[in-house]
Amino acid sequence: MNIKAIAGLVVVSTLILGSVLYHSEDPTVEHSDESVQSFVLSNGMKILVVENHRAPVVVSQVWYKVGASYEHDGITGVSHVLEHMMFKGTEKHPAGEFSEIIAANGGEENAFTGQDYTAYFQKIANDRLELCLELEADRMHNLKLEEKEFLKEIEVVKEERRLRTDDKPTALTYERFNAAAYTNSPYRRPIIGWMEDLDTLTIDDARQWYKTWYAPNNATLVVAGDVLAEDVFRLAKQYFGQLPTSTIPRLKSRHEAKQYGTQRITVEVPAKIPYLIMGYKAPVMKRTEDANQNKAGKNEAGQNETRQEEWEVYALEVLAGVLDGGNSARLSNNLVRGQQIANSAGASYGMTARHETLFVLSAVPNDDVAIEVMEFALREEVNTIKTQLPDDKELERVKAQVVAAQVYKQDSTFYQAMEIGMLDTIGLPWQIKDEYVDKILAVTAEQVQQVANKYLTDERLTVAVLEPLPIENGSDENEPGKNHSAVSVSKSVSKSASTGARRGH
Amino acid sequence: MVINKIIRKMSSASLFCLLSFSTAVVATPQIQTWQTENGAKVLFVPAPEIPMLDVRIVFDAGGARDAGLSGLAVLTNGLLSEGAAGKTSQEIAEDFESVGAEIEFDASRDMAVVGVRSLTESRYLTSAIESLKQVLTLPDFPVEAYQRELNRMKLSVKARLQSPAAIAGDAFNKAVFGDHPYAFPVAGTKESLQDMTLDAVRGFYEKYYVANNATIAVVGNIERWQAEEIVKALISELPAGEKVPPLPEVKQLSEAQTISIDFPSSQSHIFVGQPGTKRGDEDYYSLYVANHPFGGSGFSSRLVEVIREEHGLAYSVYSYFSPLRELGAFAMGMQTKTEQTQQALSLLNEELIKYVAQGPEKDELAASVSNITGSFPLTIDSNGKLLEYIAMIGFYDLPMDHLDRFIENVRAVDVTDINEALKRRLHPDKMVTVIVGKQIKNN
Repeated sequence: MNIKAIAGLVVVSTLILGSVLYHSEDPTVEHSDESVQSFVLSNGMKILVVENHRAPVVVSQVWYKVGASYEHDGITGVSHVLEHMMFKGTEKHPAGEFSEIIAANGGEENAFTGQDYTAYFQKIANDRLELCLELEADRMHNLKLEEKEFLKEIEVVKEERRLRTDDKPTALTYERFNAAAYTNSPYRRPIIGWMEDLDTLTIDDARQWYKTWYAPNNATLVVAGDVLAEDVFRLAKQYFGQLPTSTIPRLKSRHEAKQYGTQRITVEVPAKIPYLIMGYKAPVMKRTEDANQNKAGKNEAGQNETRQEEWEVYALEVLAGVLDGGNSARLSNNLVRGQQIANSAGASYGMTARHETLFVLSAVPNDDVAIEVMEFALREEVNTIKTQLPDDKELERVKAQVVAAQVYKQDSTFYQAMEIGMLDTIGLPWQIKDEYVDKILAVTAEQVQQVANKYLTDERLTVAVLEPLPIENGSDENEPGKNHSAVSVSKSVSKSASTGARRGH
Repeated sequence: MVINKIIRKMSSASLFCLLSFSTAVVATPQIQTWQTENGAKVLFVPAPEIPMLDVRIVFDAGGARDAGLSGLAVLTNGLLSEGAAGKTSQEIAEDFESVGAEIEFDASRDMAVVGVRSLTESRYLTSAIESLKQVLTLPDFPVEAYQRELNRMKLSVKARLQSPAAIAGDAFNKAVFGDHPYAFPVAGTKESLQDMTLDAVRGFYEKYYVANNATIAVVGNIERWQAEEIVKALISELPAGEKVPPLPEVKQLSEAQTISIDFPSSQSHIFVGQPGTKRGDEDYYSLYVANHPFGGSGFSSRLVEVIREEHGLAYSVYSYFSPLRELGAFAMGMQTKTEQTQQALSLLNEELIKYVAQGPEKDELAASVSNITGSFPLTIDSNGKLLEYIAMIGFYDLPMDHLDRFIENVRAVDVTDINEALKRRLHPDKMVTVIVGKQIKNN
């Protein structure tokens, strides 16, 4: 969940425009600036276009407002499984044909599933955009979802889970860390799903998910590259315009319940080196939808959220930069070099997500360094920020990198599309990308210190430790991630653990 | 909000993404090239759209030059920014990051890379280039930094032992390349890192980080004269030195070999392969095109069709040729849960034998050529990709019209070329098979 990388990726445009979208029979451009032009089809589908005429290629992405955080226990992973099934054919184009057509036309394609979105994309020569839109419109409404295909594909997904998580000690630790950190937030569940849920998932679950969430009024088309916006609008209307709308369920609010003290787990699996993750519950940028709910007095549950100022999330991004914004930042300077207790150490935070997130510190301790010493050192870094203002030079370096990064990002058309697609799908106005740099530049040293004091507290902390077991021969059925006796999870809640009290040498 | 999972598709991306068009004429960037006074080769492409510049300097100083001290190339490369011109690691990092410059250091099999991405506004660019020059020409190799980075490498080597993929990869290279330098992990081994010395690092730098052994690629929003000045500023104080001698040839395998390594993972990680092709190889295009429909094109490849789509046995299955200065590997790879290991491996080998014997179907080949040529513009649609491409062209002494002629070279490959190349170059009866995972008894 490294949101920083994404949120920072923006091309800044000089105009900030109104963002009211309206439905219209004819493609009507609500507004246009240097970066994004948008309009809405009469069935509710949103179209966003970024013209970029550097190379004769185009990126086309269809984003759906559905992902793992929309799921509930028992069907975890269904969003991702459905994403796989989207390549399994319609009446018009049988299984595999979508990929064949794109390939024969010199395109690349793929899809990805996150907590808050599912998206499908093609990269292709700009005169082949129409083909992509035709195929995407077809599978938005006409997917076959046959059981025989499902039964094979679910096995592929299980192999994917084994590859990405079960056989990777650090990934497995991260999965269990998330599961322990969040109490009721949907982010506690892995995107790929629990293995038992994959074992029991049926084609009917996938069909139901498709029927519920895949409709033009729950989707956004983003096109970036060497195209004219008016051509995209015309083609989008031609192919998506006739698709029927559907009644999209309104998600109930799912605010993380208040945490009452530091939570700790250990993951003991065959491995060679330990690993430490420390995550503090942290706010994300407020969505309009949530703000409205608040006004209606429906937000009693979000007890982790105290009153939140708009600048706080930007200050948290700068805080992550002070700790880990490059090789000159504090974690490298103090822990990898300086004290030389960490082989590597990092900090990550991302301000754009549907739900409350985590400000995460992580480290691989050096060979002779106890994990307690590593934890103490990270806590000391947090304490230092809380008690001493970061100096101006440090902040300037963080900001210089943000400013440069927004120029470098123009080198990737794919990223430009991705950024606005993600913001829009999460429920944030894509215009915030244009304000990002200015808001970062406005963050003061005092604000960085304030958010550290407010959010990096023991009451918000979860600590996960990977404790390596010996790697013995594999014939003993010692299967990480599946055999639960191999993973010990102890979740203790202690109210008082003060930062300095946990030192251990 | 990062994309938590990029879901479908997989590893051989770098191989199957070189492609082009049947009807449209693709405008390829024109590479300007010259040699510096002290002997470095320069390739430059102006890219006026974005106010930024990429410079990448590639030395023939990769792991292939470790000469028995595996890890030496990586350690030397990594230490350049850990003390130079009297500055500490911290001061060097601050120099770059205070102007928003991004540096890159990397050492792989053939190449050692030093590079920077900077804004072209002169107050930033001048500083970034000066800092890069210092790490390139005046590294101090302080003993403190040497010890620290060596210790970090030792821990990384240890970490590889918890990854079945890394264990399988190392075992595969060892078996395929025998006593050739390509056999040894560029990251080093426990033993080689114990034998490491600071003198070896200094000696390696002095011998290989010289102008005659350097290729410089430049892409960005500058004029030719500016590119010349920047290159001069960077390189003129580097000794001319000598171009390195050729690497030994990679020997062909004489017999099949299967290596099974016991590991407590839920999947078996499998590699099957042999020495493959090299840059400038006369069969390069034939083999490249041949691999595409077999296991190089993701969803439209035979391996994915059979192993994944038909049987649901693996998430990721692929084949690739990894062309290097000398013969790099041809490899097929996949992971599958323990109980399915033999079934998946049999299918993989059946497909290989069939393909080498019969080659691609005509329409398969046509679809592949269409994909390769049609997607060629995607491989050069950003400064970053273009930089990587031209650095490769310069480093491997490929013709300067490589980009212009790529499409016609791919189109010129016919079924006969492919069938002959496959039979001549791939030997299913003499391949290395590596399986890392739980060993099933009585089977």
